[in-house]
Amino acid sequence: MNAFVADRAPAPVEDAGERELLLRVDNVSLAFGGVKAITDISFDIRKGEIRAIIGPNGAGKTSMLNVINGFYHPQEGTITWQGKVRRKMKPYEAASQGIARTFQNVALFKGMTTLDNIMSGRSLKMHRNFFWQLLWRGPAEREEIAHRRKVEDIIDFLEIQAIRKTPVGRLPYGLQKRVELGRALAMEPELLLLDEPMAGMNLEEKEDMSRFIIDVNQEFGTTIALIEHDMGVVMDLSDRVVVLDYGKKIADGPPEEVQASQAVIDAYLGVSH
Amino acid sequence: MLYDIFIDPFVQMYDMPDFFLQVLWEGFVAGILYALIALGFVLIFKASGVFNFAQGIMVVFAGLTLVGLHENGVPAYLALILTIGVMGVLAYGVERVVMRPLVNQPEIILLMATIGLTYFLVGFGEFVFGGEPKQMITQELGLPTGSTAFEIGDRGLIILQHIDIAAAVIAVIMVTALGLFFNKTRIGRALRAVADDHQAALSVGISLNQIWAIVWFAAGLVALATGIMWGARSDVSFALEIVAFKALPVLILGGFTSIPGAIVGGLIIGFGEKIGELYWGGLVGGGVESWLAYIIALVFLLFRPQGLFGERIIERI
Amino acid sequence: MFYREAGQFKTSYKADQALFPILQDRIGIAAILLIAFVAIPLFASDFFLTSIMIPFLVFALAAIGLNVLTGYCGQLSLGTGAFMGVGAYAAYKLTTAFPDANVIVMVLLSGVFSAAIGAVFGLPSLRIKGLYLAVTTLAAQFFLEWCFIRIPWLYNDNASGAIEVPRREMFGFIVTGAEALPITRYFVVLCITAGIAYLMANVLRGRIGRSWMMIRDMDIAAELMGVRPLQTKLMAFAVSSYICGVAGAMMVFFWLNAAEPSSYSIRLSFQILFMVILGGLGSLGGAFMGAAFIWILPVLLKFVPGMLGMDIAAETVEHATFMIVGALIIFFLIVEPHGFARLWQIAKQKLRVWPFPY
Repeated sequence: MNAFVADRAPAPVEDAGERELLLRVDNVSLAFGGVKAITDISFDIRKGEIRAIIGPNGAGKTSMLNVINGFYHPQEGTITWQGKVRRKMKPYEAASQGIARTFQNVALFKGMTTLDNIMSGRSLKMHRNFFWQLLWRGPAEREEIAHRRKVEDIIDFLEIQAIRKTPVGRLPYGLQKRVELGRALAMEPELLLLDEPMAGMNLEEKEDMSRFIIDVNQEFGTTIALIEHDMGVVMDLSDRVVVLDYGKKIADGPPEEVQASQAVIDAYLGVSH
Repeated sequence: MLYDIFIDPFVQMYDMPDFFLQVLWEGFVAGILYALIALGFVLIFKASGVFNFAQGIMVVFAGLTLVGLHENGVPAYLALILTIGVMGVLAYGVERVVMRPLVNQPEIILLMATIGLTYFLVGFGEFVFGGEPKQMITQELGLPTGSTAFEIGDRGLIILQHIDIAAAVIAVIMVTALGLFFNKTRIGRALRAVADDHQAALSVGISLNQIWAIVWFAAGLVALATGIMWGARSDVSFALEIVAFKALPVLILGGFTSIPGAIVGGLIIGFGEKIGELYWGGLVGGGVESWLAYIIALVFLLFRPQGLFGERIIERI
Repeated sequence: MFYREAGQFKTSYKADQALFPILQDRIGIAAILLIAFVAIPLFASDFFLTSIMIPFLVFALAAIGLNVLTGYCGQLSLGTGAFMGVGAYAAYKLTTAFPDANVIVMVLLSGVFSAAIGAVFGLPSLRIKGLYLAVTTLAAQFFLEWCFIRIPWLYNDNASGAIEVPRREMFGFIVTGAEALPITRYFVVLCITAGIAYLMANVLRGRIGRSWMMIRDMDIAAELMGVRPLQTKLMAFAVSSYICGVAGAMMVFFWLNAAEPSSYSIRLSFQILFMVILGGLGSLGGAFMGAAFIWILPVLLKFVPGMLGMDIAAETVEHATFMIVGALIIFFLIVEPHGFARLWQIAKQKLRVWPFPY
C-alpha cells in the first residue's frame, strides 16, 4: 500500500445505519422561478458508507448534489455538515471542508494535462503566496514537489501513468471520467459526490470504475454519495439508497428494501394515476 | 457641488423646455443610428454566433463606395445599385474566405477574424478611395435636406433636421421588414434554426453557407443605410469606427440576439449620452460622451447580467 | 531525430518540473539569450535597435501581460492600451515628482498603479463573462483615455498635453531622455522583459497559474474545487495590468521619449490582442512570436517597394500594409487558430520523428 493510502485509517466495518453522522439535509426545497426541482427532502449520510441517490430522469438528483456542495442555494431547509447547521454553503466552504465531487458531463479543465488536472485538486492544500511563486526556487518548488508525490500516488492508484502529460481534451471518455475521479481524490475529501460515474461506459470500464469506488471507500475510508442509473451497480455497491421522483423522496433504506418498495417500482415502471 | 449634481440640471430642464426637448431629439437621432449599427451586429450574431467587429467599418465602407463611385461620374442611383452589388460581393467573399474555413472555432477566434477583416476593409477603402473625409451625396439621392422649427407653446422652439426624420422613418421600415423576414419566410425560419444550433440545422438540411451569405448581405444593406444617414449628418470618414464601438453597450442593454432590444438599447444609450453630456458633462470638463455609454451599460450589467430582455440564466453542471 | 528526447531520463520530480526539461530546449534558449545579450549589441545598428528590437521587446512584454489575463485566465480584455497608458503616466508623475530616484525603480513601481486600476475594472468580472466583459474593459479604455486628456495634473499642465520623458542617469549612463543611447535603452528593456517573462513562467507553472487556468477552462468546476473566483480573477487582472503598465511605461521612457493620449488608444489594445491571439493564447513563447510578427511585418513591408525599385507614395504603402496585415491575420487564424505556439509544437513533433512522417 502506498503512502497516500497509509495516512488514512480504514473505516471500521459495522452496520451503516449505526455509524456517525456526516451530513444531514432537513426539509430542503429548491425552486427555479416556478419550477420546483426539490420538494421537502430530508436524508442523511453517515461516515464511511456508500450512499446511492437514484431516481428517473429529472427527479432532482443532480440538483440535490448541487445543494450539498453549495452550487445551488435552497429556498428552504438546512444542511448539517459535521455537526454544524447552516442554511446554505458556499462552494468554496464546501470544498475547503472536505466535499469533493465529479460531474455528470465531464467537467475537466480541457486545456490542461492529466497531471495538472489532478494537481488542481491540491489547490486548497497549497499555500505559498504569489511572491514565493515568482521565485520558484526554494519553498514554492518544495511545496510543488511534495504535492506532486501525492498526485503521483493517485496516478498509480488509478493506473493512468501513461497519460500523465496528455492534455485531457484528447483522452477518450472513460479515461476522462477516471481523471476526474483522480482530481476529486486529490482533494482528500471527507465526502465524495459522484454524479453518474459510469454513464456511457462499457461493461469493462464499469467494472474498473466500480472497483476504484470500492477501493476508495474501503482503503481510504472516504464516504461516498453517488448517483447512478445502472441498478446492478447501485445494488452491489451501495450500503443505503435514497430514491427521488419529481423532486420528492419516495424511499430510503438498504438496497434490498428499496428494491422491493412499491413506490419505487411505480416510479420506474410508471403507474396510471 | 451637490446642488450642481442633483438639483441644478433638473432646474435647467424645467426652465428651458425647448432646449431639453432639443436634447431629447438629438439623443433620439443618435440612438436611432446606434440602433442601426447594432442591428447589423444582431443579424450576424443571431445567425452565426459571430460578433462582427467589422460592422462599423462596413458602414464606412458602404458610404465610401457610394460617394466614391459618384465622384467618378456614376449617377447617384446607379451608384446606389452598384454599392448594393458591392455589399453582396463582400458578403459572399466573407462567407467564402473567412466564415467557411473558420466554422466551429471558438468565438474569440471568429471575433479576431472580423477585426482582421476590419483592418483589411480600412486598408482597402483608403487604398481605393483615399483617406480624406467625403461629403455624402444627400441631395443627389433625393433625400430631404433643410430643417423645420417647431414652436413649443410660447417657451421657445426646437429645430428638426429633415434628414433625421428620414433616418427615423427608414429605421422603422427596415426593422419592420427584417422582423417580417425573420418570422414569416422560409429563410427566416432557417435562419432562426441556425441561430439555435448549427449542427442541428445542418442535420435537417439547412445550408449554413447560404444562410451566412444572406445575413452578411442583409447586414451589408443595413450598413449602407446607416452609412448614408450618418454620412448626411457629418461626413463619411473612418472616424466612424470609434462610434461603431458604441454598438457594444447597446447590444449589452438589448441582448445580442434581439432586434427590438437593439432599438431600445440604442435609444437608451442615445438619450443617456446626450442628457449626461449636456447637463452633467460640464461638471467634469466635458467630453464624457466618449465613455458614458460604456459606464451606463456596465452599471446596468451589474444589476441585470442577462440584459434587458434576456431570461435569468440558471447555471447547470 | 533532431529533437529526440530519448535517453534523457528524469530521476526526480524537480527535474521533471523544470522550465525546459529537454536538453535541446535548454540549448535553444541559451542560444537565444546569447544572441539577445551579446550578438545583437555587438553587431546591430542603431536603427535596428530603436525601430525593431526595442519596440518588439516592449510589445512582447505587453503581450505577456494580456496573455496572463486572456490566455491563461480566459478574461477577454480590450483595455490593454489604457492600462499601458496608466503605467506611462504613473511613471511620468513618479519621475518628475522624485527627480533623484532611480528611474528603473520608478518604471517598475508604475506598474503598481496600473495593477490597482486594472483590479478595479476587473471587479465586474465576477458577474460578467465573455463578450459582456469586453464592454467593461472598453469602458476602462475610453474612460482612462479621457482622463489622460482631461486631467492636466497627469501631464504636469504641459501646454502640449503630452508627456515628455526627462533625462535621467544611472551609474553614469544616460538611460532616458532624447540623448540616451539606443544600446543603453536596449539593455534596460531586454533585462526587464526577460526578467518579467522568467518570473511569470514561474507563477504560471505553480498553484496560481493553475488556478487561473482552472477558471479559464471551467469556472464552475474550479469554484466547486475551492478556487475563489473573485480573488483569482482580480489577481489575474492585477498581475496582467502590472505587466502592461510596466510595458506602457517602457514604451514612452525607452522608445518614444514622448507620448500623448492617442498613443494609448484602442488601436494599441487591438494590436496587443492580435499579438496574443496570433502568437497563441496561453503561451509565453507565443507572446514573443506574435509581437515579432505584428510589429516587424509592417516595418518590413515599408521597405519592400523601395527594394523593388518602385516609387510609391508613403500613404499608399501604409494603406496596403493595413490590407496585407488584415488579410494575413485572417489567413493565420484559418491555418492555425491556436497560433504560432502550436505551429512551433507541430514543427518540433516533425523534427522529433524526422525523416519519417510520424
